[in-house]
Amino acid sequence: MFTKLSAIVFGLGNIVRKQYVKGIAMLALEVAFFVYMFTNGIGYLSKIPSLGENKGGKELVDGFWQYVEPDRSVVILLYGVCSIVICVAFVGLWVLSVRAAYKSQVQMQENGKAPSFMDDVHELLDAKAHLLLMFLPTLGIAVFTVLPLIFMISMAFTSYDHKNLILFDWVGLKNFATVFSNSGGTVNAGLFVRVLIWTLVWAFFATFLNFFLGMFVAMIINRKTTRGKGFWRACFSMSIAVPQFVSLLVMHTMLQPQGAVNRMLQTWGWITDPLPFFTNATWARVTVIVINLWVGIPYTIMQITGILQNIPADQYEAAKIDGANWWQIFTKITMPYIIFVLTPYLITTFTGNVNNFNVIYLLSAGDPTPLGDSAGKTDLLITWLYKLTVDKQDYNLGAVIGIMTFIVLAVVSLITYRNSGSYKNEEAFR
Amino acid sequence: MSNNNSAAAVESHGFLHDQKKRRIVGDIAAHLFLAVLAVIWLVPIVWVFAESFNKNTAPYTSSFFPKEWTLENYKVLFTDRNVLNFPKMFTTTFIIACFTCVISVIFVLSVAYCMSRMRFRVRKTFMNVVLILGMFPSIMAVTAIYFILKAMGLADGNMTIVALILVYSAGTGAGFYVMKGYMDTIPTSLDEAALLDGCTRFQVFYKIIIPICKPMIVYQAIIGFLGPWLDFVMAKVICRTQSNYTVALGLWLMLQKEYIQNWYARFAAAAVVISIPIAILFILMQRFYQESMAGSVKG
Repeated sequence: MFTKLSAIVFGLGNIVRKQYVKGIAMLALEVAFFVYMFTNGIGYLSKIPSLGENKGGKELVDGFWQYVEPDRSVVILLYGVCSIVICVAFVGLWVLSVRAAYKSQVQMQENGKAPSFMDDVHELLDAKAHLLLMFLPTLGIAVFTVLPLIFMISMAFTSYDHKNLILFDWVGLKNFATVFSNSGGTVNAGLFVRVLIWTLVWAFFATFLNFFLGMFVAMIINRKTTRGKGFWRACFSMSIAVPQFVSLLVMHTMLQPQGAVNRMLQTWGWITDPLPFFTNATWARVTVIVINLWVGIPYTIMQITGILQNIPADQYEAAKIDGANWWQIFTKITMPYIIFVLTPYLITTFTGNVNNFNVIYLLSAGDPTPLGDSAGKTDLLITWLYKLTVDKQDYNLGAVIGIMTFIVLAVVSLITYRNSGSYKNEEAFR
Repeated sequence: MSNNNSAAAVESHGFLHDQKKRRIVGDIAAHLFLAVLAVIWLVPIVWVFAESFNKNTAPYTSSFFPKEWTLENYKVLFTDRNVLNFPKMFTTTFIIACFTCVISVIFVLSVAYCMSRMRFRVRKTFMNVVLILGMFPSIMAVTAIYFILKAMGLADGNMTIVALILVYSAGTGAGFYVMKGYMDTIPTSLDEAALLDGCTRFQVFYKIIIPICKPMIVYQAIIGFLGPWLDFVMAKVICRTQSNYTVALGLWLMLQKEYIQNWYARFAAAAVVISIPIAILFILMQRFYQESMAGSVKG
């Protein structure tokens, strides 16, 4: 009876069975939901289909001109998305409440009493520790990652560009058509394909060159007979201690036509004209990849050193007794172990490099840029997106580029991840 | 191999000698190689350090290293608060970095433990969702995050510190993959023994798993602490007024056209000053890192 009533008054079933804290918490959440819906939620939800129609401006009220605030479509869209998310969460709470009430009813019948608050707490520390531990991290991800993403994705279907900053409308798939048409303009299919190919080439080299060269250096440092291991590691970690941001800006100024590197080479008489580090497309592309090696290798060394030291020593001893040489030990023991631990890391590095904003933006800023294009020769999808949204305020086109970036990454990494050892067989090295 | 045994025995002296020679050559090559690389890695850093003592404050000077040396750049950096208030930027960033470091370590450890050791219904779903979320370009969400913070009332005045802490640490739970990979290599027999002895899951977490994971915690702490010092985009969108700038924004501003002629040497000085807390922390952590590496799970 009370269990069924719990579907309307959340937590009632729990309060009746003396689970006061649980019951009152649920009731409070329900009340909070309805208060929000009646004060704000319904208003915003009803405006979502039109995204606001009031253009604002001056209006005659009682013989006086009054300024009327226009509807801000962005705000309506944001609160609308929030309200939808809250409604979904409310449905979840409803299911939870009915289930909790039913559970306490069953336990009442079986044991004569429902578990007390202290029992629940104890369970949260033991069998259900994941609920306790995961709550805050998940909430953080939901509010600061999922919510903004839903918001931005919905922007791809609106006309929110530099011409319609205050009031805009739903336009369906028109923005996708703009990006994939060859009708000229600053954003077109040819440009998109060019940027996409460079992004993939960049991510491939940036990830795998970093990984293999970093592993090579780490293993040289880690050799038994290498002296001063700590010193070498410290040398490489110095560049982590200097903020990446700073070293990139320094590199940028050093590699300018009249910067320190060109000066030095000219005074030594090695070159007569400044090297075109950021003015020639090929030079610029190689430069960013090489400098990314400078930035990235120390991190790889740190990671791999940790893993190398964690490989069980008995495996090496066994291999040596069986007469394996260093190459066999490397390919049969070290590599599989490193790959097993680092596959997820490699995938995240790859996606990280596709989304590597700092290196490109601070180093070359996408230059050289051909006249009339909105993306330069070293622009990645992500820096192009930034230029479109922040510089040009074409949020809708930026959102389309963002979605396309996502699709590319999703295809690449889901395939690799699902085929990797650490996904298929999590317990392999226990 | 058995046919060659006698031959090997005869040549064993020469063979050993040869191996020793080869090892020495290898050692020399390895050390030379490392020395060359170390120079490449250190030159830009040494250059910044030297530039910070340059008396000539303009960029693009004629020599690689400064000709006249002075301490003036540091003095002016901390005393001249009118144009760019560097001391304030420094404290702001430091506070943000400390909070972010602690929160991100806690978040990553909890999520990684749940993913590695607990088995529950939405586990695989969660892992896949996080993987998918990581593939969305982060720049895409920047504007949206600003609107959300504005709605929470955190977007202006001194509240931007709270806003930045939230932004940097809220999503860190998603970066659990490396930590989980590490935890997956810890033998489950340790957990099972502890559970048999009457530990709760939570006690297993902080009494067994956390001490073993120290090296990875160190790694995570470095990453968490560095985040706010390095981030530029997020800070730029959230801190709209100069009074709330973080160090990264301040440094970027020093290299803008209006400032670069007077601020270039001070930029280098500021870069040195920022690197100091990071470097100290880093050296401390590395010692700790190696110690705990040697003493993780034995046998």
